[in-house]
Amino acid sequence: MLSSVPPIYFLIVSAVIFAIGAVGVLIRRNAIIVFMCIEMMFSAVNLTLITTSHHLNSLDGVLMVFFVMTVAAAEAAVGLAIFVLLFRGRGTIKVDEINLLKW
Amino acid sequence: MIELVWLIPLFPAIGFLFNGLIARWVNLDKRIVSWVACSALGLSFLFSILIFFSLVQLAPEARAAVPDKVLFDWIVSGDLKTVIGYKVDPLSIIMALVVSGVSFFIHIYSVGYMHDDPGYTRYFSFLNLFVFMMLTLVLANNFLLMFVGWEGVGLCSYLLIGFWFERDAPANAGKKAFVVNRIGDFGFLLAIFLIFAQLGTLEFNGVFAGAHSLDAVTVTIITLLLFVGATGKSAQIPLYVWLPDAMEGPTPVSSLIHAATMVTSGVYMIARCHVLYSMAPVSMAVVAIVGAATAIYAASMGLLQFDIKRVLAYSTISQLGYMFLAVGVGAFSAGIFHLMTHAFFKGLLFLGAGSVMHAMSGELDMRKMGGIWKRAPITFWTFFVATLAIAGIPGFSGFFSKDEILWQAFDSAHGHVLLWLVGAAAAGMTAFYMFRLLFVTFFGRCRASEEVKKHIHESPPIMTIPLIILATLSLIGGYVGIPHVLGGRNFFHEFLAPVLGGHPQEAGHTAFSLVRPAFASGGATVGSGVNMELLLMGVSVAIAVMGISIALYLYIWKTELPKRLGERFKTLYTVVFNKYYVDEIYEACFVNSTKRLGTFLWQRFDDGVIDRGVNLVARLMLWLGGVLRRIQTGRVQGYATGIILGAVIIILFLIR
Repeated sequence: MLSSVPPIYFLIVSAVIFAIGAVGVLIRRNAIIVFMCIEMMFSAVNLTLITTSHHLNSLDGVLMVFFVMTVAAAEAAVGLAIFVLLFRGRGTIKVDEINLLKW
Repeated sequence: MIELVWLIPLFPAIGFLFNGLIARWVNLDKRIVSWVACSALGLSFLFSILIFFSLVQLAPEARAAVPDKVLFDWIVSGDLKTVIGYKVDPLSIIMALVVSGVSFFIHIYSVGYMHDDPGYTRYFSFLNLFVFMMLTLVLANNFLLMFVGWEGVGLCSYLLIGFWFERDAPANAGKKAFVVNRIGDFGFLLAIFLIFAQLGTLEFNGVFAGAHSLDAVTVTIITLLLFVGATGKSAQIPLYVWLPDAMEGPTPVSSLIHAATMVTSGVYMIARCHVLYSMAPVSMAVVAIVGAATAIYAASMGLLQFDIKRVLAYSTISQLGYMFLAVGVGAFSAGIFHLMTHAFFKGLLFLGAGSVMHAMSGELDMRKMGGIWKRAPITFWTFFVATLAIAGIPGFSGFFSKDEILWQAFDSAHGHVLLWLVGAAAAGMTAFYMFRLLFVTFFGRCRASEEVKKHIHESPPIMTIPLIILATLSLIGGYVGIPHVLGGRNFFHEFLAPVLGGHPQEAGHTAFSLVRPAFASGGATVGSGVNMELLLMGVSVAIAVMGISIALYLYIWKTELPKRLGERFKTLYTVVFNKYYVDEIYEACFVNSTKRLGTFLWQRFDDGVIDRGVNLVARLMLWLGGVLRRIQTGRVQGYATGIILGAVIIILFLIR
């Protein structure tokens, strides 16, 4: 069934998700939302990888996806811990208010 | 045995390292320091003697063909291959013998002379370093290693002239010696470059074997540049000015470095390069003329000085002039002969002067001495022997060597009667100023202060024994080279002939052996050469005796006369007494203009251009940083925008 859908559709969906994620990273102020947008970009990339892997009949892309997922999980743990500490220290997780590190 | 030549310079090197590094750090006892320093030299001397005798046992022509002792490759780069290698042949072994022997005695003397000096260990480590460098210079088998020794002795000379660096005068004298020597060394270095560029090798054997392929102009340039190096190191006109000032160093240093060994290295270098010089008659003439001019010029400056060490310094310059006169007229072995005898008697004269200073509580001005011959008899008698030797009195070593030089200056193919005349006149002056020094210092009324007078005493045996040994050598050292005309056999020339072969003495020898048949057939031309030699010998002795008589007349009989003469010829006296104002002229012409150039470059170029340029760049960067730091806003999303835009641009660029 899947093979009947041309891979270009999958890629278009993935590009759309990626673009949404990227725009979210750039414009949202809440750090957790920014974080979720990053996760969306990961997922878009994963979708691309699986699509090409399936299309080329190779396992390389699938293998890569596992790595990405592992890293994303680890990152989620660290990132959320940072947000908790940030909130404790500064009472906010708005990214545009966390701007001490400048000239 | 001959392969062990590398041990000769090794012992002083070990002595230097031990005294310089270990003994100075842990403050070893003076006795250990002096034992190490002296025994290093003693071993060096011993090995020189042993190697000398094994060399003598070879056949004469084999002596010059002993293969070089190569220790290891030193610099290998492209075409340049330089080794640490030592050359043993009659010339280098005679130099090694003179250097290690005289150094040995002077080291022993120094033990007594420097006994109370706080820099005792430093002194001996420098002295050992000097001997190491000097032996490297004379034993090297290539120009580059010779240059290392050449620079090394220059460094030691600087260190030892400025040994009492806490006083101004020695520090400045050391600086002057160093700077003046640099000028000469520059010429030497250029000569080495030119030799390498032309011949592709720096080893003596290779250079002299390939020398015939050089054209006359190149050889002349090379030899003249080498001679520039020699004028610096050996204190010839125009670079002699550092040597009188070098007398600020300790007296044994003046004796060893500035009389017996280092200053003669220019003569050795020219004798070593005699192959090149023989190809360049113009350079030979320049060497001879500069030598003769220096001989008489320096002698005239010695006539009126009152500082005993300065008289001896001018005398050294003058005697070095003789050596250059000899090598300049092609009498290379005569030059080396005079080098050897001069090392004996001039080393002795300086040590004697040191002993006099020791007796006179450090006084150098001979006007404040006098009448001390009874109080310091050994010093007096040895000094007397050396004075007779340098004055060229028959029977003493200086007579044989000086007379040979004068005869060669007259007779050799490169010689000229004017060169002889100048040399003979300088010999007369030498006799005069040396006996003036002797009379004023040792005879007459003692003019020292009462305090000094009480302390006049003979030096301890550790100082007088080297004096006696050197006096013996000054007395008998000449008998290795008795002129044929006096019915002797010139062992010295025969020994050196394999290296310096083809010099005029050889020709004279063959001419002399032809005398008898020539006489038999009634030919008188060759015979008149022999008579001429005897006549000139008589003349030069007569001139020397005349010089002595004038000194005797002026300084023993009519002691008030010199002062009157000085007032009578006031202008001349002032000019000569002030050493022809050469130092002042140099100061005005070269030193000041160089200083002004230096100040200009410092203030205008260094401060004005380089420093300002660097500051400009620094300020530009500061400004740029001030502008660009505004990019770092602290807004993470701003950075992310940048990253994404950058990625997009790169992707667009890639898929274009």
